[in-house]
Amino acid sequence: MVLCSWLAFSQGAIAATAPANPTLDEHVNRLASELRCLVCQNQTIADSQAELAVQLKNEVRQQLLAGATDAQVRDFMVQRYGDFVLYRPPVNQATLLLWIGPGLLLLLGGVLLRQHWRERQALQTQTPDSVLPADDGDALDTSREASQT
Amino acid sequence: MKRYLLPLGLFLALACTLALGLKRGDPQSLPSPLVGKPAPAFVLPQLDDPKKQFTPANLKGQVWVLNVWASWCVSCRKEHPVLLDFAKQGVVPIVGFNYQDQRDSGLQWLSQHGNPYQVTAFDADGRAGMNLGVIGVPETFIIDKQGRIQYKYSGPITPAVLKDTLLPLIKELQRG
Repeated sequence: MVLCSWLAFSQGAIAATAPANPTLDEHVNRLASELRCLVCQNQTIADSQAELAVQLKNEVRQQLLAGATDAQVRDFMVQRYGDFVLYRPPVNQATLLLWIGPGLLLLLGGVLLRQHWRERQALQTQTPDSVLPADDGDALDTSREASQT
Repeated sequence: MKRYLLPLGLFLALACTLALGLKRGDPQSLPSPLVGKPAPAFVLPQLDDPKKQFTPANLKGQVWVLNVWASWCVSCRKEHPVLLDFAKQGVVPIVGFNYQDQRDSGLQWLSQHGNPYQVTAFDADGRAGMNLGVIGVPETFIIDKQGRIQYKYSGPITPAVLKDTLLPLIKELQRG
């Protein structure tokens, strides 16, 4: 609803001014694809056609033209819009769980799986030998008979 | 029985996390990194008179409110009566920030809907708005006596937000 009013503003005037320059275009695109569009939060500003995204893409282009490094452009964005603007958030206290969470879950899964296996093994060795092989034997015999006929 | 405790615990933990996420409110509204920092020192022409300028330093020494708006912004229309009412109370100076607009449309909008602003800065190309970290209009900033941004509200101000959030903070900042 609010989004509509954001998007409603015309966006033609800004994009078409710069001269053709494939290397710069490529560089702008590469950097822009690391930056989040703040209006449409699941898109990068490279993908988005929202007013603000077009404007920020233009800003990236101008700063690169003026000789800014990738890091400087990223800093410019973070200072204004926060870490959220980065598709690859920095490792800090707030994002630590985000970064190591999947690893921790994998570890937890591994531990649980090992525990499960151990219990099963313990269960199998405890079971009296006479019960299982008898069953197994029956099954084997019938299958043999079946294959012979 | 005991073997079900772990999955149950995991499920509850997950459910709690998701419930907290739902309670967090609008996921679109982001915390501004500018809160606690000095307001960017933009210099902009005033909306009603291009020869006069506005810069945040003009209001140093008092608590003030900066309201970002535009004539093309639909939800600003919803917010406007609240601002008019707020201005009538005369608690703080309210400064308008006309963002990416046409001068004529902006002026017309104010004469049509009423003008709650002591002064309106005119940011035609959105450059100063970018320095303020404006994402969508309307946005409202509260700036303290030292010129630091103390609070940012994204979206239209409602009477409840004004009464429960903005006014108490403004009063506190004015005392301090």
